[in-house]
Amino acid sequence: MSANSMKDAILQVEHLSMKFGGLVAIGDLSFQAKRGEITALIGPNGAGKTTVFNCITGFYKPSEGMITLNGADGSSFLLERLPNHEIPARAKVARTFQNIRLFSGMTLLENLLVAQHNKLMKASGYTILGLLGIGGYRRASAESVELAKHWLEKADLVDRADDPAGDLPYGAQRRLEIARAMCTGPELLCLDEPAAGLNPKESAALNTLLMDIKSSTSILLIEHDMSVVMQISDHVVVLEYGRKISDGSPQSVRTDPRVIAAYLGVDDEEVETVLTEVGDEDVIEQLDIGPDTAHGPGTSSSYLAGPVSDTIGHSEGERVTVSKGASKAAQFDAKASVAPRKPTERATAKPPGKSPTSKPRGGRK
Amino acid sequence: MAVSVSSERDTVASPVQRAFREALYAGAIALGLFILFIGLKTDQNISNQLILAQRWGLLITVVVLTMLGRFFYIAYGQPFMTNQKIADVATGLLPASLASRFFQLPAFIVAIVLAVVLFAFNSALPGLVGDKLAGGLQFLRALAVIYALACVIFYFRAFIHANFTKLGIAALVLYPILVVVVLSIYAWSIMGGLQGSLKWVDNYGIQILIYVMLAWGLNIVVGLAGLLDLGYVAFYAVGAYAYALLGSHYGLSFWILLPVAGAMAAFWGVMLGFPVLRLRGDYLAIVTLAFGEIIRLVLINWRDVTNGSAGVSGIPKVTFFGLMTFNSTDPNYIGKVLDIAQSSAYYKIFLYYLILALALLTAFVTTRLRRMPVGRAWEALREDEIACRSLGINTTTTKLTAFATGAMFGGFAGAFFSARQGFVSPESFVFLESAIILAIVVLGGMGSLVGIAVAAMVMIGGTEALRELDFLKSFFGKDFTPELYRMLLFGMAMVIVMLWKPRGFVGSREPTAFLRERKAVSGSFTKEGHG
Amino acid sequence: MQYFVQQLINGLTLGSIYGLIAIGYTMVYGIIGMINFAHGDIFMVGAFAALVVFLILGSLFYSVPVVLALLIMMIVAMLLTSLYNWTIEKVAYRPLRGSFRLAPLITAIGMSIALSNFIQVTQGPRNKPIPPMVSQVYNINGISVSLKQIIIVIVTALLLALFWYLVNRTSLGRAQRACEQDRKMAALLGVDVDRTISITFIMGAALAAVAGTLFLMYYGVIAFSDGFVPGVKAFTAAVLGGIGSLPGAVLGGLMIGFIESMWSAYFSIDYKDVAAFSILAIVLIFLPSGILGRPEVEKV
Repeated sequence: MSANSMKDAILQVEHLSMKFGGLVAIGDLSFQAKRGEITALIGPNGAGKTTVFNCITGFYKPSEGMITLNGADGSSFLLERLPNHEIPARAKVARTFQNIRLFSGMTLLENLLVAQHNKLMKASGYTILGLLGIGGYRRASAESVELAKHWLEKADLVDRADDPAGDLPYGAQRRLEIARAMCTGPELLCLDEPAAGLNPKESAALNTLLMDIKSSTSILLIEHDMSVVMQISDHVVVLEYGRKISDGSPQSVRTDPRVIAAYLGVDDEEVETVLTEVGDEDVIEQLDIGPDTAHGPGTSSSYLAGPVSDTIGHSEGERVTVSKGASKAAQFDAKASVAPRKPTERATAKPPGKSPTSKPRGGRK
Repeated sequence: MAVSVSSERDTVASPVQRAFREALYAGAIALGLFILFIGLKTDQNISNQLILAQRWGLLITVVVLTMLGRFFYIAYGQPFMTNQKIADVATGLLPASLASRFFQLPAFIVAIVLAVVLFAFNSALPGLVGDKLAGGLQFLRALAVIYALACVIFYFRAFIHANFTKLGIAALVLYPILVVVVLSIYAWSIMGGLQGSLKWVDNYGIQILIYVMLAWGLNIVVGLAGLLDLGYVAFYAVGAYAYALLGSHYGLSFWILLPVAGAMAAFWGVMLGFPVLRLRGDYLAIVTLAFGEIIRLVLINWRDVTNGSAGVSGIPKVTFFGLMTFNSTDPNYIGKVLDIAQSSAYYKIFLYYLILALALLTAFVTTRLRRMPVGRAWEALREDEIACRSLGINTTTTKLTAFATGAMFGGFAGAFFSARQGFVSPESFVFLESAIILAIVVLGGMGSLVGIAVAAMVMIGGTEALRELDFLKSFFGKDFTPELYRMLLFGMAMVIVMLWKPRGFVGSREPTAFLRERKAVSGSFTKEGHG
Repeated sequence: MQYFVQQLINGLTLGSIYGLIAIGYTMVYGIIGMINFAHGDIFMVGAFAALVVFLILGSLFYSVPVVLALLIMMIVAMLLTSLYNWTIEKVAYRPLRGSFRLAPLITAIGMSIALSNFIQVTQGPRNKPIPPMVSQVYNINGISVSLKQIIIVIVTALLLALFWYLVNRTSLGRAQRACEQDRKMAALLGVDVDRTISITFIMGAALAAVAGTLFLMYYGVIAFSDGFVPGVKAFTAAVLGGIGSLPGAVLGGLMIGFIESMWSAYFSIDYKDVAAFSILAIVLIFLPSGILGRPEVEKV
């Protein structure tokens, strides 16, 4: 990691681990998000993406590791040490939620005004001066309405400013939540599946909004919709079972066989196919000898694979229990490591016409 | 809902048949419920042993009445309500057509004439028709006045709705003056008017306004911040004892002790707030309830300071800002200073304006705070605590300020209460009071100041009015005490109003800021908080 | 030591009564998530029903065996109290199910006020003392155990066993637990939710009626206002044990019973309730969902 890259990384996650009792949700995760970029965090369901978000935004205290936020003014914060509410207030990290959390009984405008709480608290002299009508609260209040209006316009919601937030259609609620997060004046915006449940039109509107935000604010994004990820993100981190399996540009990630294996939930035979496509003749020979005897009863990598569990060792000695054959990437590694690994560039992409978001085919068996 | 289930059966049985069957069920249930408690009565005989008295006639009457009520409700009431096509079942709003049929001009004129005639011949009535009927006619007169007032409100409803706050405040300010003027004319003397106004100003005016203020204070905690507080009366008690003890022991003036009482209550609000920060829902409810009980039990048992159950008496009266007093023995008694006749009404009227000012202060501060970041944070907390934290709002201090602010107004009200009574005892601060205040907040519509004021007027005014039903004694015999039924009816009214309007009288929420136009937010969107 | 054991027995007796009432709170809370504030008054109604039955028996027969009398009192009180709770649920809670959460709380408080005042109006405001039903006291090693206490503990234990069987081993109990988890899903799977909830109220009321009968037998006096304090204590017990948890309710009841008897024995009787409430607050600070309650985790 060069000194330069340290400098323009807005967020650095180093050796992050999060355990719930015996379950390791995130194990030794390190990545960084660069200033002015959109970094996408992707991975199959249950990969621990939201847990990473909750650690970054202070809803969980990580078991281990360091999360550093480098502010534009040169300040830096260790997020895991800040109380929950100070992360948006001081470190300027804002977030949205997977299941939208709006103040549904308040109007859109009020939602955006609540987001400017800390600024307005100061302006109102912690309520006391404002209550007496002294000081600049009136002006600050007018400014906050202006800022709210600005973001309502960006989110294309200004016509509904005086309606209750709960009354909005789903896509608009998503945009409002982003607008609300932006009203806190963040340097890093964390979006948890902003495109989930949106129709194509709404999805396109969202992309526009995000590209607009990107000009001023770095974005960390969890997303399932690959079209959004591939279109707008600059950098992609792929998680599976709490571990990073790939990290790089959208192009490099989409061709990473480990990612393909993780995402598609391919059958074992298909791992072979992929390898064949890659041209890994040695591996194929190896596989022909006797596949899977070491892997227990399941002959497929289906999620429904047998009850036998194996444990994957961890650098610090925790044991993460994963159902047999569940981790596709690990399986791929197991197979690929039998033969000398070829450079990943040679790994051609998935068979044409197959979208990465298609239903994991392993589940069929 | 039970109603919808029975309407399915409608297709097979005519309403009358169904009503008959339902009435039988209701009768059977009523018989079961009442047989032991109305049919029999446990009484003590001379040797203090319990014996049973039998009241089968009363039991039969009650059961038959229940059956009749059920029968008429199913056979006529329900189809009538359905025909009215109540558009908004959730709010239970009566359709205008029904109301306009009820409030008609001829009936209005009849009511006015009736009221005037009965007022004019009031003193002659017992001689003309006998005591028994005179009592009934006085009741009729009250009904006529209420009807006439309701008609006026109905005809001018658009105007009233548009200017409710201004009209309401004007009415409250003018109320004692109007009462004194009307009663003076009636009694042909100003002194008579003043004496007669005591009941109206004290029992109705002050009593209701105390509850309005308490409910407005609790509204900050429950209605805005969404934290369920079942021990609010504790802060009322803290304020009351703060003034009672400091005022009677150290002779400090009310005007100094009022802020002290508020500050002490706010301090206890924070003390309560700290341990309950992490608690949610019903855990919060029970701890606040327990807190209220702890304060009451300490007041009962800390006899050295609080004088226990006997209470503190001889609490000094409020002075007229130190300039005049309301003790007729003092050299600067208001009557002597202004050279007017001696009357206890001055103090009551002064107290009325004092509590009105305190209540309006509460309302003013609440409205003001709602438009400020802290008030918005309270409401946001009610809507979604996690989202609040994600926006950098310190939920701990936000909750504590809500508790403290709510408690402070409770403390003000408490100081006023002990000044008004001149005597406080732990009896006044039982859980029932907390429950009544909470009920007013919820019945009024959480967060709505107007709704809460209306609810306080209906519930407290209504139960006070039951004291006026003494004439019923002449119908049911001397043993009949209508006051006994006061709390029974209060409890039932709570249930009925809640069933009728689950979101309270004013279910919608007034937004605190707007870009183009202020639109009320329907109650179906607002949340009730996790507490 | 003898003194301590003596207090332990007193606490156990008191705790048994609290536990029986607390189960009603905790069951209703578990199944529909509301505090049935009227439950304390349901308990009082049960005690009054037992009182009236006691007087009827006294006036009809010259003498009735104590056990038989208690049994009759208990059964009539259970039936009548169940009818009350069933009616209350149907009239005041069911129409508000799924509505604004505070609405049923207010109707419950309203019902509580109405019930206690109904009894005051119909039965008079005075205390109702009855002659002692059971007066034997056994003395074991200087520890006196009255027959009343033994009856209370045995009846409570039997009822709890029966109750445990009902909830854990019958289809009714399964339906209740299913409704507790997810009412909508239970309804989709063919559980009659309304009926299950009604039965829950009936069961809670029946236990409260037994508690009421035992209370009347133990203290020999009842008044219309006697529902509130045991009601609040039992509610405290339910929350202390973790509201929604049946073993928690019993445990909480016993704890409150012990705290009260120990505090009055060793410190001051004046502050026994303060002690119980303070311990509740302290426990909840460290265990926000009570002792055996499921921690409520809100997913982010």
